[in-house]
Amino acid sequence: MKTLQDLQKLRDEAKKRVSMREGDVRYRVLVGMATCGIAAGARPVLNALVEACAKEHYDCTVTQTGCIGMCTYEPIVEVLDQDGKKTTYIHVDAKKAVEILESHVKNGILLEAYSLQ
Amino acid sequence: MERMHVLVCAGTGCTSSLSAQVVEQIQSELVKLNLQTEVKVIKTGCFGLCQKGPIVAIHPDRVFYCHVTPADAAEIVAEHIYKGRPVKRLELTDIDEVTKEKIFNIDEIKFYAKQQRIALKNCGVINPEDIDEYIAMEGYMALGKALTTMTPQEVIDEVKKSGLRGRGGGGFPTGAKWQFAANQPKGQKYVICNADEGDPGAFMDRSILEGDPHVVLESMAIAGYAIGANHGYVYIRAEYPIAVERLEIALKQARELGLLGNNIFSSGFDFDIEIRLGAGAFVCGEETALIQSIEGKRGMPRPKPPFPAVSGVWGKPTIINNVETFANVAPILRKGSEWFASIGTEKSKGTKVFALGGKISNTGLVEVPMGTTLREVIYEIGGGCPDNKNFKAVQTGGPSGGCLTEADLDTGIDFDNLVALGSMMGSGGMIVLDEDNCMVDVARFYMDFIVDESCGKCSPCRIGTKRMLEMLTDICEGRGTAETLSELERLAHKVKDTSLCGLGQTASNPVLSTLRLFKSEYDAHVFDKKCPAHVCKNLLTYSIEAELCRKCGLCARNCPTSAITGVLGKEVYVIDPAKCIRCGACMTACRFGAVLRG
Repeated sequence: MKTLQDLQKLRDEAKKRVSMREGDVRYRVLVGMATCGIAAGARPVLNALVEACAKEHYDCTVTQTGCIGMCTYEPIVEVLDQDGKKTTYIHVDAKKAVEILESHVKNGILLEAYSLQ
Repeated sequence: MERMHVLVCAGTGCTSSLSAQVVEQIQSELVKLNLQTEVKVIKTGCFGLCQKGPIVAIHPDRVFYCHVTPADAAEIVAEHIYKGRPVKRLELTDIDEVTKEKIFNIDEIKFYAKQQRIALKNCGVINPEDIDEYIAMEGYMALGKALTTMTPQEVIDEVKKSGLRGRGGGGFPTGAKWQFAANQPKGQKYVICNADEGDPGAFMDRSILEGDPHVVLESMAIAGYAIGANHGYVYIRAEYPIAVERLEIALKQARELGLLGNNIFSSGFDFDIEIRLGAGAFVCGEETALIQSIEGKRGMPRPKPPFPAVSGVWGKPTIINNVETFANVAPILRKGSEWFASIGTEKSKGTKVFALGGKISNTGLVEVPMGTTLREVIYEIGGGCPDNKNFKAVQTGGPSGGCLTEADLDTGIDFDNLVALGSMMGSGGMIVLDEDNCMVDVARFYMDFIVDESCGKCSPCRIGTKRMLEMLTDICEGRGTAETLSELERLAHKVKDTSLCGLGQTASNPVLSTLRLFKSEYDAHVFDKKCPAHVCKNLLTYSIEAELCRKCGLCARNCPTSAITGVLGKEVYVIDPAKCIRCGACMTACRFGAVLRG
């Protein structure tokens, strides 16, 4: 390391790896990962979300959660904003999951076509 | 890609309650469910809540588990990590005072809510063995800023303006100390980190080195730049193996990245650090003795002046700062002296880390702003004395300090207030004592420690402390007289006034402090031959209350010396005082409360 800029670059890279421990993100994305969710295909959804986040660094954390109680709609993805407002997306698959991140998390536009009405 | 971090405390406290095995178990459970690539397990430093260890924190969920055993790993992985259902029975909770409901949210738990962390900021958050994680937390930015944008004098001025005072005990202004060394003619100078933490019950320096070693290295380099030194020593006791190991790893990583070594940040400034292991002698925390020990000589103090800032290690100008002091330096340079000076009281700025121990519910490490009251620390953060026992005193400053009582609880803690109350900040050990502690016995404990640790160079300390210990032992064992008491007090003052170094000069403090605050307990030992707290065995008597005795014989069966006689079902049992060794086994055994202690 030769300059302060080198350190800043290293810091910015390293920061992405520990940001999930600080808890101040704009959105929390929750995936229902109980038996019902897993059976309906929540696992590929979770994988897709985590991979997309790693690539694009969306301002969110991805967490799994238990049974949301609407098993017929699984896989379910919930997006919570900082005020606690919750949007529930249903019958999500890997492709829809990435669209949700791109539209809702990145641009703040709800995807009504996929959400629970 | 990682979606979850499992942080497991790998400090000394949690390691001793099997946290290493917890890590192994979690990892093997993760492999079973094929989660090892998306869930990362990280060993961190101390979370502070040692009482409830091992602690496991799961992010981004912000769930804290306590008392986790290796057997719990499977449930945590299968339920929480795989299915997203936190394991309620292991979660750290508090009780809401109004609603009486359980609080799970970590930010509302009182132990953490009242704290403000500067020195301990990264402890329990980052992996101390990974320099990248320290850098992610703005690590080494302060060094970079100092080397590339500030002159050495500007660095010293910034530390002066912050109001930072030495955290090792005395509270000497850090900036002023640096200035003395900087004012010495150019040439070889040294920076020493004093990690010879010796007070019984204090473990904050160890925890900082275990949880965030880089902050100490970074700050030492800053100090080196400020005073014009290119070499540093960390003097640490060999009995802190985890801290030593992490320091070595940190040094290696910092050198690899060029954050230590030659021409750091292309500034032309060179700095490197060596670790020197101490054998764990209390006197080596005294700076002149520490210097002798670094030079390979027997650790004995010498008179000051010359002060180390003028003539220190190898006769060269040297500054010696404590671990916690250094842990504040990098944050001060990064965030500015005004930020630091806005925290704390008028004359004591910033925060202080305390190691809570003794009769307290939440044993552990806490960091609070200066000026926080003892009551807040002991009751709100510490949870008060366990088992509903009554608080008696808190001992601060270790063997050099004194006791504070109920009357002092609402005083804000800072360097000057504690001295005014007859104790001292010391390095920050806080031993809470309850009604079951005998204050004479406490004084004897500390004197016993001092007698062991006195280096023997000056006679007041070598002989005086030994004589004081004999007198305290006499009092505890029932041989004390009025003369013993007056002689003890006279000698305590003599040793205080005539000893060579800080160890001897403060050795009498626990005696003087308890004599002043708990004279009635000394009197009870000497004149009534009673120990009010029922600690001093020689002054105890056990007897059986005939009216309460049900003649069951349980006491006699549990007596190791057959001192109790009676006839099962027919005659009440009686203790023979000549045979009784006052172990209390009969009292524990009796189901009817018939055994009395006096």
